[in-house]
Amino acid sequence: MSLKALRGLLLPVVLLLTGCQTVLMSPSGDVALQQRNLIITSLLLMLIIIVPVIVLTLLFAWRYRASHQRDDYDPDWNHSTLLELLIWSAPLLIIIALGAVTWVSTHKLDPFRPLERVSEGRPVTVDARPLVVDVVALDWKWLFIYPEQGIATVNEVAAPVDRPIEFRITASTVMNSFFVPALAGQIYAMPGMQTTLHAVINKPGDFEGFSANYSGAGFSGMHFMFRGMDEAQFEQWVAQAKSGPVLSRDVYQQLAKPSENDPVSRYASVAPSLFEDIVTQCVTPGPSCMSGMKGPNLPAPEHAHDSTADESMHGMPMAQPH
Amino acid sequence: MSDSPDLAKLIFGRLTWDAIPFHEPILLWTFVAVAAGGIALLAALTYFRLWGYLWREWFTSIDHKKIGVMYMVLGLVMLLRGFSDAIMMRMQQAVAFGHVQGFLPPHHYDQIFTAHGVIMIFFVAMPLVTGLMNFVVPLQIGARDVSFPFLNNFSFWMTSAGAALIMMSLFVGEFARTGWLAYPPLSGIAQSPDVGVDYYIWGLQIAGVGTLLSGINLLVTIIKMRAPGMTMMRMPVFTWTALCTNVLIVAAFPVLTAVLGLLALDRYAGTNFFTTTLGGDAMMYVNLIWIWGHPEVYILILPAFGIYSEVVATFSRKRLFGYTSMVYATVVITVLSYLVWLHHFFTMGSGASVNSFFGITTMIISIPTGAKIFNWLFTMYRGRITFEVPMLWTVAFMVTFTIGGMTGVMLAVPPADFALHNSLFLIAHFHNVIIGGVLFGLFAGINYWFPKAFGFRLDPFWGKVSFWFWVVGFYFAFMPLYVLGLMGVTRRLNHFEDPSLQIWFQIAAFGALLIALGIGAMLIQFYVSFRHREALRDHTGDPWGGRTLEWSTSSPPPAYNFAFTPRVHNRDAWWQMKQHNYERPTADFIAIHMPKNTGAGVILGGISTVLGFAMIWHMWPLAVLSFIALLAVAIGHTFNYQRDYHIPADEVSRVEAARSELLANHV
Repeated sequence: MSLKALRGLLLPVVLLLTGCQTVLMSPSGDVALQQRNLIITSLLLMLIIIVPVIVLTLLFAWRYRASHQRDDYDPDWNHSTLLELLIWSAPLLIIIALGAVTWVSTHKLDPFRPLERVSEGRPVTVDARPLVVDVVALDWKWLFIYPEQGIATVNEVAAPVDRPIEFRITASTVMNSFFVPALAGQIYAMPGMQTTLHAVINKPGDFEGFSANYSGAGFSGMHFMFRGMDEAQFEQWVAQAKSGPVLSRDVYQQLAKPSENDPVSRYASVAPSLFEDIVTQCVTPGPSCMSGMKGPNLPAPEHAHDSTADESMHGMPMAQPH
Repeated sequence: MSDSPDLAKLIFGRLTWDAIPFHEPILLWTFVAVAAGGIALLAALTYFRLWGYLWREWFTSIDHKKIGVMYMVLGLVMLLRGFSDAIMMRMQQAVAFGHVQGFLPPHHYDQIFTAHGVIMIFFVAMPLVTGLMNFVVPLQIGARDVSFPFLNNFSFWMTSAGAALIMMSLFVGEFARTGWLAYPPLSGIAQSPDVGVDYYIWGLQIAGVGTLLSGINLLVTIIKMRAPGMTMMRMPVFTWTALCTNVLIVAAFPVLTAVLGLLALDRYAGTNFFTTTLGGDAMMYVNLIWIWGHPEVYILILPAFGIYSEVVATFSRKRLFGYTSMVYATVVITVLSYLVWLHHFFTMGSGASVNSFFGITTMIISIPTGAKIFNWLFTMYRGRITFEVPMLWTVAFMVTFTIGGMTGVMLAVPPADFALHNSLFLIAHFHNVIIGGVLFGLFAGINYWFPKAFGFRLDPFWGKVSFWFWVVGFYFAFMPLYVLGLMGVTRRLNHFEDPSLQIWFQIAAFGALLIALGIGAMLIQFYVSFRHREALRDHTGDPWGGRTLEWSTSSPPPAYNFAFTPRVHNRDAWWQMKQHNYERPTADFIAIHMPKNTGAGVILGGISTVLGFAMIWHMWPLAVLSFIALLAVAIGHTFNYQRDYHIPADEVSRVEAARSELLANHV
């Protein structure tokens, strides 16, 4: 019995070792790297208690089996203050340690918080502005708008290596989740709301991105490529888009219609304030448009989001003033 | 369906012949198989003249033991359905790579994963847990039935009515394509205009009535109906966990009812609670459903913890280590389970402090849970452990659940969750705790209490075969999902591009096949045990050397459970009674006051099914009629004054004398 159970025990270990080669365990962006380190830290902290428990379970099961006929059988022994103290305090100490790690890391890696470093030992300079990319989850493809460069792309997004990126994220109809595992953890893309993700890519390359929240029939095909490249290549990539068509409001409305497995496409320019209108659902005027609405969910401009200090639900504001 | 389209529309609402999936061969053949099986079953029941027996002895029974058994049957039948869904998903994901699309298009696949989650939680785990509590709790506390026996029967039939609606969606119309929690806006009328989400809403609302009422019933039973001398701190641990679970049910299920009610208003009445427009807020739905959803996890796991506590003490032949800390751990978990719901959506964009708070409360739950594991461990310490099937499940649980708990704490660290959320790592985690915790516990409980319910033990050989297939199959099926999660693979995909993933899905599919063999072995176990029931017969009523009061009764117990209400002087009441050479009373029996069977529960459940079906298909006249019928029967039942009867003293004497004879011949 214990041999087979041991095999059952070893299997996950072997699999986890194999897991070390995976994208989450060997990411290419600093945020994802710190998240990887957290996963490993929490795993190791937990193993301090998990391994003894599993070993003791199997040991006791074997040692105290009835056929063994040990003479230390003690049917009434059911209490030991010392043991009780130990079994409550050992997990408590580990959770205190992990809780401290959690508090600090959750604040440091808050996706709304601008980056402080591009990688270990390389802080972000004060005057460096992040590359802003507006992300819209459509049914079922991704639209990326570059307000600074004036271009837009579908199912492909690029950024220069080591330049902080600020993704401002929303969705057209249903909830999705914006996730590039090699770059940084995910955050939901929600209609009528805007979330933010700060990240940086440290290595050039093509990395898989996708929606990590089921959104309907075309969900499986809703992936895109995230390209990390050097500055010159990025300029070229932007220039390439400049030769494409224009993303007017009409073109956007065509694009927003449900479609599956869409190819990459690029747009030379974008209708002004298109992203803001998508967030407030005002691309077509009508009852859904929230820009003129007053309501408890809409923050007054003076409460505009301050990403380092604000502890409220960041996702809550239905329309972030810009 | 008729020459006059307007009249047909009035009567049949949205229901047309198009709703019957003639064009989907998988469904059609399933339907043919189910229909053939169903007709064969009905024919067999008729041939063996079992209808009257079933109606009198089971369907209308208000005996908590029989209702418990019926819950278990419902749960096991639905397990077969839920597992068919699982194996179809595993097969699809094992083959659908590159240009191969697999055999399930999204339209079908998306219904399957939704149905799998809904069925496994609401119609497998819940009935099995409720069934065991129903059967065991009154016996453990020395009661003759639950506080509200009719309500118990009614609750069961409402749960069954919900299950029936969910099963109907397979062949009439379709089920939701939203995921098992049906988040809006996807589940709103704009994105899901067809009947799938309505089946979901009405199936759960109707079953929810049953769950809530059964929660109230068991709660009151435990508070009010304990045998004299059984103080709270002398209750068996399973009863303690049942108490906490029913507190959770009573406090959590109304939230589910409310949130599904609001979603139904959005869909039926055009309100905007969760829409993206006019001030609706889908995030409120996500919060509300998890305020129910997280306690629900503990509703399932706490009774399983109770089962392990009984099993480990019995088969170690030792008192449970740290009873008091076990009880406090259970209560702490009960309270904390309300303070962690947000960990299901750290990625929705809450602030860092909010996320940290919920992450840390989640981790804190692992402290009492860890204490429980240690308590079971030290119960085994210096014991005399016999590895009967229930104990095997318990040891497998302690190893497996610990791994699941560890990955759970990893997911509780918000930034780590950003990377792992919605990935197959998450899927592996919650199957690790629900299968490794809840299901293993239920299987331990079924093997443990089966002889009490039916008078014969389950065949241990096939029990062990089932055990090994299940446990090994579990590791093969879910460990690859941890790896896939670390490879960044998200859940609910029905097609993949990257061929390097395929091997892991194939291993997982192999694991699912092993589990299928485990389920098969369990069915064989039931059959073989029934065939060999004389050899496996439990004459003593105490086949395992039990510690709690249920083992003081005969197997199966008489309708009245206890001829005289036992007096309790200590924990492990039956163990203590045996230590002190307890003598069964053999004379001076008196008549016993018992509740009487009634068909009202079956009828109300049946009408509720019709009402739900009518609401789903917009058959308004039928909906109104069935609603009026529902009220009429419910009110009519209040005028039924023949609710109780007395088992005469002679009858009690006869039953008890028969047991005395049996004991004399076999002990």
